[in-house]
Amino acid sequence: MAQATGIKEIIKPENLVYKKTKLMTDNVLSYCPGCGHGTAHRIIAEIIDEEGLQSESIGICPVGCSVLLYNFMDIDWQEAAHGRAPAVATAIKRLMPEKFVFTYQGDGDLAAIGTAETIHSCNRGENILIVFINNGIYGMTGGQMAPTTLPGMKTSTSPYGRDVAMMGNPLKMTDIVATLPGTYYVTRQSVHTPANVKKTKKAIRKAVQYQKLNKGTCFVEIVSNCPSNWKMTPVQSNKWLEENMLPYYPLGDMKTPEDQPA
Amino acid sequence: MEKELKLMKGNEAVAEAAIRAGADGYFGYPITPQSEILEYLMEAKPYEKTGMVVLQAESELAAINMVYGGAGCGKKVMTTSSSPGISLKQEGISYIAGAELPCLIVNVVRGGPGLGTIQPAQSDYFQATKGGGHGDYHLIVLAPASVQEMADFVDLGFELAFKYRNPAMILSDGAIGQMMEKVWLSPQKERSKTVPEWATTGKTPTRERNVITSLDLDPNAQEVFNQKLIDKYNEIREEEVRYEEFQCEDAEYLFVAYGTSARVCQKSVQLAREQGIKAGLLRPITLFPFPTKKINELADKVKMMLSVEMSAGQMVEDVLLSVNGKVPIYHFGRMGGIVTAPDEVVENLKSKITGG
Repeated sequence: MAQATGIKEIIKPENLVYKKTKLMTDNVLSYCPGCGHGTAHRIIAEIIDEEGLQSESIGICPVGCSVLLYNFMDIDWQEAAHGRAPAVATAIKRLMPEKFVFTYQGDGDLAAIGTAETIHSCNRGENILIVFINNGIYGMTGGQMAPTTLPGMKTSTSPYGRDVAMMGNPLKMTDIVATLPGTYYVTRQSVHTPANVKKTKKAIRKAVQYQKLNKGTCFVEIVSNCPSNWKMTPVQSNKWLEENMLPYYPLGDMKTPEDQPA
Repeated sequence: MEKELKLMKGNEAVAEAAIRAGADGYFGYPITPQSEILEYLMEAKPYEKTGMVVLQAESELAAINMVYGGAGCGKKVMTTSSSPGISLKQEGISYIAGAELPCLIVNVVRGGPGLGTIQPAQSDYFQATKGGGHGDYHLIVLAPASVQEMADFVDLGFELAFKYRNPAMILSDGAIGQMMEKVWLSPQKERSKTVPEWATTGKTPTRERNVITSLDLDPNAQEVFNQKLIDKYNEIREEEVRYEEFQCEDAEYLFVAYGTSARVCQKSVQLAREQGIKAGLLRPITLFPFPTKKINELADKVKMMLSVEMSAGQMVEDVLLSVNGKVPIYHFGRMGGIVTAPDEVVENLKSKITGG
């Protein structure tokens, strides 16, 4: 009893150092414990709030684990068909050029079924932000092989490990779009440690600010985890991510405005 | 401003009518026999005059999803294609119907299945009127029989789409798309400065967030939504049926035909009457909603109906349902991109009369 009273004494407004982001709703997140989606959502919600963009923002949700994203963040949303978010965003931005338009897509959505939409929207230099969550697996459908699944990585549709002779190598979409003249800012980040969360937030802020310049597509990949389908604890998954995902998907900026002619 | 008379292809009339209707956006992908629409718009540069966005998408899939995005912002947006391209768009059309978004889709039909032919056909009737993509839904389907109607139905299509928050389709064909006729064009309308309250234009403090989606994981809620759609379609069936009668007053034999086939059958009526056969024509203008009641009434007056379509017989099923066994119903039509000739229709009618 004494201990419980102690906690109550600690939980006081003046002691709060962390609170729910204003633009996150009270709806319960549909993600597994330890999943990176919640962190990525929070970062985006914080930036939209801090940049004062709530009334300017239209987000496009993907098909996949974050299909219900529109329940979690208090901005206007459109739910796209699998892979088509950049096409949906293209029209919204062209019809309302003054708005902030972004997509939030997983690896199956962006790098498999939506490859054409991703490449062509980036090639046209659509003035949108694409946030790409790469956890190397199809989460919602139960852990099938994704285009970004690592060589040898076991999934429900590559039960003996991804055989690159049969299935090809993981697709590095971020590297591809960085080569296109239409992209303005391309970076790869992660949310598996507090330090990386801070770096990702910085990158998203930059991307959102660059977006206002209407100089081309901003593309932020976030290398993330999937504890449930990787069949690991959250801590194990973050360690695995660092040891296996990051050597193949190295973090850092791939294209910045400084690289480009004014 | 007054209407303006021009000589145009059906496809060009669609493009010009879209600009004049005050459309906000067009998203297309080239395919024969309708590529003139995108070409005309690119040459006309409406983005410099009315601010209308015109974009050549990377695929039909992208084009229809651009329409989804634009429609979700409450804008007047459209796409056009021909049969194989419309098939590719079906996923997006289903999502648009499921999200209850208004938009205009034009199908300049060519023969199929598969790559088929680039010549005109009416073999996409089932796809257009019964849904086309997955799930229970209907489009509002308008069937033009002239270049004039190609132009007029752009405005009408948008009007009905916004009235019912439902995608509308102009079901044309390669003949009407490619042929030139005189057309009276409406004066330029201003683009709308307002959007409906459900549009995603950025959440302001005075309203809840707007979400455009067709997803509902709760079966009970999904069923409630399905029922809402059915109620809407029934209202459309009550309110929006359009058709044209041609010499039906004393007709003993009735052709039922839409679009190009209706043009052919007008001549067939004349030819038949010259031979002493009292023929008439009922031309459905809306294919969904179908003029079921009218056809059922006419079944009390005529001896037989012949559904004339450039297909293996698709609309004939709706004629059969409408007539409900009152009189014999037959189908006649050429396929493969061949336009049925008026005398062929009369010969076929005569064979049905003597055979029956």
